[in-house]
Amino acid sequence: MTQTSTVPHQWIADLLFKGLGELFQTASVIFFAPIFLGWVNLCRSCLQSRRPAGILQPYRDLLKLLRKEVVLATGASPLFRITPYIVFGSMGLAAALVPAVTTDLPFGPAADAIALVGIFSLARIFMALSAMDIGTPFGDMGARREMMIAFLAEPATMMVLFTASLISRSTSLSTIAETLGGRHFTLYPSLVFATTSFFLIILAENSRLPIDNPSTHLELTMIHEAMLLEYSGRHLALMEWGSSIKLLLYFSILISFFLPWGISHESSFGGLLSGFAFLVLKLFILGTLLAILESTLAKLRLFRAPEFLAAAYLLAVIAFLSHFILEV
Amino acid sequence: MLPAHDSPFGVEMVNLLGAFILLVAFAMLASRRTLSLIRLFAFQGFFLSMSIFLVAFLSGESNLYYSAFFTLVLKVILLPWILRDLSQRLKIGGDIETLVNVPVTMIIGIGVVVFSFSLAEPILKAASTVTRSLIGVGLACVLLSFLVMITRKKAMTQIIGFLSMENGLLFSATNATYGMPMVVELAIALDVLIGAIIFGIFFFQIRETFESLDLKYFEKLKEDEE
Amino acid sequence: MLVLSVLAIPLLSAVILAFLGQKPWAYLLNAGLTFLTFIDSLFLAKKVLESGPVLALKETFYVDSFNIFLISLTAFVGLTTAIFSGPYMKIEEKKGKITPKILRLYHSAYQIFLFTMLLALSSNNLGILWVAIEGATLATVLLVSLYRTRASIEAAWKYFILCGVGISQALFGTILLYFAAEKILGSGGGALLWTHLFQIRFELEPTVLKIAFVFLLVGYGTKVGLAPLHNWLPDAHAEGPTPISAVLSGLLLNVALYALVRCKVLVDGALHSNLASEMMMGFGLLTMVVAVFSMLRRKDVKRLFAYSSIEHMGIATFAFGMGGPLATFAALLHMTVHSLTKSSIFFSVGHAAQINQTQQMSEIRGLIRKVPRLGWGLMLGSFAILGMPPFGVFASEFIVLTVAMKQAPWTTPILLLCLAVAFGVIFFRVGNMVLGEGVRMALPYPPALFPVFLHLALVLVLGLFIPPFLAHWYQSAARFIG
Repeated sequence: MTQTSTVPHQWIADLLFKGLGELFQTASVIFFAPIFLGWVNLCRSCLQSRRPAGILQPYRDLLKLLRKEVVLATGASPLFRITPYIVFGSMGLAAALVPAVTTDLPFGPAADAIALVGIFSLARIFMALSAMDIGTPFGDMGARREMMIAFLAEPATMMVLFTASLISRSTSLSTIAETLGGRHFTLYPSLVFATTSFFLIILAENSRLPIDNPSTHLELTMIHEAMLLEYSGRHLALMEWGSSIKLLLYFSILISFFLPWGISHESSFGGLLSGFAFLVLKLFILGTLLAILESTLAKLRLFRAPEFLAAAYLLAVIAFLSHFILEV
Repeated sequence: MLPAHDSPFGVEMVNLLGAFILLVAFAMLASRRTLSLIRLFAFQGFFLSMSIFLVAFLSGESNLYYSAFFTLVLKVILLPWILRDLSQRLKIGGDIETLVNVPVTMIIGIGVVVFSFSLAEPILKAASTVTRSLIGVGLACVLLSFLVMITRKKAMTQIIGFLSMENGLLFSATNATYGMPMVVELAIALDVLIGAIIFGIFFFQIRETFESLDLKYFEKLKEDEE
Repeated sequence: MLVLSVLAIPLLSAVILAFLGQKPWAYLLNAGLTFLTFIDSLFLAKKVLESGPVLALKETFYVDSFNIFLISLTAFVGLTTAIFSGPYMKIEEKKGKITPKILRLYHSAYQIFLFTMLLALSSNNLGILWVAIEGATLATVLLVSLYRTRASIEAAWKYFILCGVGISQALFGTILLYFAAEKILGSGGGALLWTHLFQIRFELEPTVLKIAFVFLLVGYGTKVGLAPLHNWLPDAHAEGPTPISAVLSGLLLNVALYALVRCKVLVDGALHSNLASEMMMGFGLLTMVVAVFSMLRRKDVKRLFAYSSIEHMGIATFAFGMGGPLATFAALLHMTVHSLTKSSIFFSVGHAAQINQTQQMSEIRGLIRKVPRLGWGLMLGSFAILGMPPFGVFASEFIVLTVAMKQAPWTTPILLLCLAVAFGVIFFRVGNMVLGEGVRMALPYPPALFPVFLHLALVLVLGLFIPPFLAHWYQSAARFIG
């Protein structure tokens, strides 16, 4: 920071470049999120011997929905109408915070890991409220289930984030990713547990199998879809887009914490490009893994979901404890 | 942060294996089927023998190689084989056990881990082995297996709990002191083997007399003389 | 070499009896071989008495004034029980409760059990000590389920699981002990040898030993029958065959307590505090209270006396906990007289149950009329165990009480209360069993009641006067246990 005053134009250029990096990362997360979903769906179709719909199918769906008119349920309050924007907005904000492509994010200091969890919660609460707003039994049921899952998953998420921040001695996402990525290769038992736990959390938080099935509208079991039943047109598009961003972000967190190699540490052009390439590669692998996992798992009964999340919490706690006992 | 040693990677590896052993202990706590429990037990034995092998390599204690070998033969091959054979012969392989509330058991399990880590804290301060931080893990495994035995109502699962308790003990012994003297380790292994054989005989006796291996029929002595 | 032969005889006997098959005279052989062990142990005792502690086989075995008297006692009670079990098992066989095949297992396992106990007592290596005590469990578990009834299998299972779990804790304690010792003695066999540990006991790491002792106390305490892990004991005693109840009560509990005391000596040295003593006192008292109040509602006679064994083990543990030469002397004496008295009671109770075809106390009546010798045996045995004056139990309990009054006065009321309740319950129950109407009856085989009276005579002698060589023994043992 000392040279900032001496060479002002360089400082401005630097900031500009950083801003560009930030913009690049945010935009790429937002715009490429549906592709990731498309890739997972494609893999799933292939594994289940169905004809895949093509990797770009989520875009086509979104475009179709954006073109359609919005039908509002009678009695829908303004809350119902603003929710899609809030959900999409919080996901966009989160996309600016999570170090996916680069860790050199000017927005980074604005919010740390705990605040990030808060941002996700904000979106979820609005989603649940709007589902209840209409007053249909399905919306209500979906909202309640979603909140149950969330309330069980949140402590686990916090424990995982705490573990990661204990190792890197910071709760800032960028710093965590930098410390974990920049270190000499060491095996942390705690990180192994935390990764496993976080993977379980991803499944639960993003309404994937075995907690929820994203591809059915089976009324008895659906959770996430039940909340979106009353949405249409661009509202629905934003909600769907938002959840695909959320999925990508969760995987980005997984990557930046537990597989951080290759992530860019500075906002140089080459760095950004290589960071992006690494991200795509890792997402490609993880997406395939997710698809395989989802094809082999059966959906759990709703009453077994607490067990699933208890396991996640347990793993997170073991991670937390084994940091103290094995690594200090 | 890590104990100083020539090969930090080796130590990390042992730590990781220790963490896996703990993880398997938890999985045992949650698993419902007898056969999957036996498989988990074999996994635990495998991780255990790998970790003993690694510790042997790191510390240069040749005794531990034998110990690792015995563990491999006894706990990964022989005992799981006996148990599987028994459960097939007694047709209890697919038995599903209704457990007391799994999440609650898990939380008790976490409590047990916290307890044993804090108990091990003063011990490991006095230790000099490279893997001393695993003493707490060993103790936790012992107590978790204890929990498995308490929460189960089937004879077979109690036995597996018992045997995995032995795993935890061996693990602690290896990491605290690079193993007990060879004579003692051999004698303990012999005890475990004889114990397992007696268990086998017992299964048949229980089966013959109660026509089930479910210990819920074991109620007669609970309220003796009422 | 004498030590080795004491161990070798039962081990070989087990093999012989296993291969011999179902000979009708196997029980005589069993008794004869045990007699050999006993004679051998007397020679060993003589040697130790004359020339001090014996180390054998590269320090693997160590016999000193503390364990030699337990070795002789074990061999002696082993012998009398073998004599008693001959006719007893024949009657059981005649009643169809067991088959010759099972009898063969019984004889063989009996010898293995003796072997493991003698091994536990004579071993210098704390690891081997643990293994031997675990081995003793394994040897007796199939004996407890000898009748193959539901109740006996359940009892054996409980015994197995509880003792297995308990003893695992003791192993953890042993590991910690080794861990502490290894730093001073270096790794290898030396660090588990009690003689070496004894020499360096002041240098051992106190924090580690503290935790180790907790595990050892829980572990071996389960085997001693200390509350709250005493549940296996009444079941195993009540459902197993009577000779096994006699040796479990008379010998196994002693051996487990012996292990605990050996460890306590080391921990006391390292700790510079009374933690070990206080814990033993606390558990001893708790055990007494729990046992005595459990006695109240018992209806099964063997169960009643099993609880009485728990109570007496509580007294001995408490006395060891108080420490000091006098209390330790009392504890050692108490172990001896309890072991003799309780096995004699079980002998009488076993035959009494056979005559009345039941173990329910309410259905046993008029024993003195039915079989006078048996009735008197049971009555005298009960008097002895209750601490009536001329018997040895009185002497030991009296010393314990006096020391307690001086060292821990607040415990005296609890002790007195426990003794009083136990007195009331047993006196009342036994009175009902031995007195009352009855017609003279005979067992299918003449019972071997001579051990009953031999034991009681010894207890009487110990109560009246302790022979000088024995007193010297106890004192030298008490001195080093402290």
